[in-house]
Amino acid sequence: MRALPGRAERISQVRRAGLVLGLCLLPLPILFGSLLLGRVQLGAGEVWTALFGGAVPETMRALVWRVRLPRLVAAALVGTNLAVSGAAFQGIFRNPLVESRILGVSAGAGFGAALAMVLGIAPAGLQILAFAGGLLAVGLAVLLGTAFGGGILVLVLSGVLVSSFFSSLVSLVKYFADPYVQLPGITFWLMGGLSAVRWSQVWPLAVASGVGLVGLVLLRWRLNLLTLSEPEAQSLGLSVRKVRFAVVVLGTLLTAAAVSVSGVVGWVGLIVPHAARALVGPDHLLLIPASAGLGAAVLLLFDNISRTALPTEIPLDILTGLIGVPVFFLLFMRQLKKGGGWR
Amino acid sequence: MSLVGEGITYAYVPNRFVLADVSLVVEPGNTLFLLGANGSGKTTLLECLCGVRSPQLGEITVDGVAFSTLSSRERAKRIAYVPQFPEAAFAYTVEEMVLFGRAPHVGPFGRPTKKDYEKVEEALALVGLEGLRARPITTLSGGERRLVLIARGLAQEAPYLLLDEPDAHLDPANQHRVLSMVQALAEKGLGVVATTHNPNSALLYGHKVLLLRAGKTLAEGDPRHVLSPEILTEAYGISFQVLANGAGTKAFLPRVRAI
Repeated sequence: MRALPGRAERISQVRRAGLVLGLCLLPLPILFGSLLLGRVQLGAGEVWTALFGGAVPETMRALVWRVRLPRLVAAALVGTNLAVSGAAFQGIFRNPLVESRILGVSAGAGFGAALAMVLGIAPAGLQILAFAGGLLAVGLAVLLGTAFGGGILVLVLSGVLVSSFFSSLVSLVKYFADPYVQLPGITFWLMGGLSAVRWSQVWPLAVASGVGLVGLVLLRWRLNLLTLSEPEAQSLGLSVRKVRFAVVVLGTLLTAAAVSVSGVVGWVGLIVPHAARALVGPDHLLLIPASAGLGAAVLLLFDNISRTALPTEIPLDILTGLIGVPVFFLLFMRQLKKGGGWR
Repeated sequence: MSLVGEGITYAYVPNRFVLADVSLVVEPGNTLFLLGANGSGKTTLLECLCGVRSPQLGEITVDGVAFSTLSSRERAKRIAYVPQFPEAAFAYTVEEMVLFGRAPHVGPFGRPTKKDYEKVEEALALVGLEGLRARPITTLSGGERRLVLIARGLAQEAPYLLLDEPDAHLDPANQHRVLSMVQALAEKGLGVVATTHNPNSALLYGHKVLLLRAGKTLAEGDPRHVLSPEILTEAYGISFQVLANGAGTKAFLPRVRAI
């Protein structure tokens, strides 16, 4: 007679599944609440009417639909993309300290953005060049890594090399940029932010996010196998290099699309997967959707602080660093207290 | 119906052969132990047999089908590999870890179904770990971890099970627990290959033994007949003595100078 799962274990499975569902829905109420906040405070009823039809002044409708909503949707997508690609990259690199910037996508996107500003083709060209720069950097890192044998370690090493190369290119562009007109723009972009995001920027982001997220959601159980040693994964019938490559492509698509709209935003891709893992466990079947919901929620909150705390916008990367580092430290301490160390 | 390797030759560096012309047959219901000194090619041979490495010369067939014609997924349905330690980067639960054994049965974009969870239950019951299902593997003892990996191999539902030093780093009781488990699985019809550094493991639990020296077959056959102090001296380079209790059980010990 086969033993059935115990009652307590079933409850914990149901609880974990419920938690994942809750985390996935969490961004919705936060997004709605965020629509109320800003220089002009709106009531919940007004926002509801403006969103779902009814008589509201045209200025209010424009404020909700054309100013706040695109920015908040962008914030949610950027948060989701960074968290999901961070979780996936921590998995395939078998290292919890990795985030999706490891292969140079941010540095490449930064170079593209800086170039666009110096060439005077911002803002339309900026998103395209930043996206292309991000893909180019990761493409180079993967080529270099493959040339050196294709193992995980050489891939990380190539990523570090390509990152610092593109960082130098950014500095080069800054050096030649007009110090009064172009340089401040580049500097602010590199600190991240979502001010003045319009629907025209959100659509490409949404399409790329859709492709990357669907891909990683479909691959999410198989991602687990990549966290085993390479011979183990191979013996389980996995084409390790192929699946790893697919995850790199999808994760890079997500990060490049996010960064080309938000500028450089750190820490979300590192901390959110950790928090999600602490809540639902390391199985990517649950971890990927949990990271998606939590990432969107966290970035919406950061963006609310960014646009409402001071009369001027606070760059996102400053906030994620100033708040993210202490939070990471607290998580770390809690994990140590629980015993068993960091995992 | 058997797992057959013929003339397996492998070199990590050109012309420095770790395995040279090694042949073997593993039949369902049998346990074959691979013995040999460190660096004699045991692990490389095991990795060739589970398809992680492709030998430069020679051919491996499983139940009449050549490895070269099998996709890695099809191969994994026929051959399961049990490493020494779980090398996951994160602390999966026992159930999650055993579920990974279902990978060759789950589609590329799929996720495990109810049937897969049932197979996991069966595998856990076979090794006696049902009670530990929800525990993170990092909280288990060495012996329990070894059993989790064996359960993962069983969940793979492959007719051949390949184990890398299943008796290493375990106390005598756990060595017995794991190896008698392996023996019982062979009696149920699995073909088993295991590497070991202990000749007595082969003597106690094996049907066959293959003794390697410097990548070549030194001796092969029934461990009770093949293993002798002389052949072990050839394999390991030190002298051995036999301990026998008169009831047919014997064991080998290195010969040390009397005090």
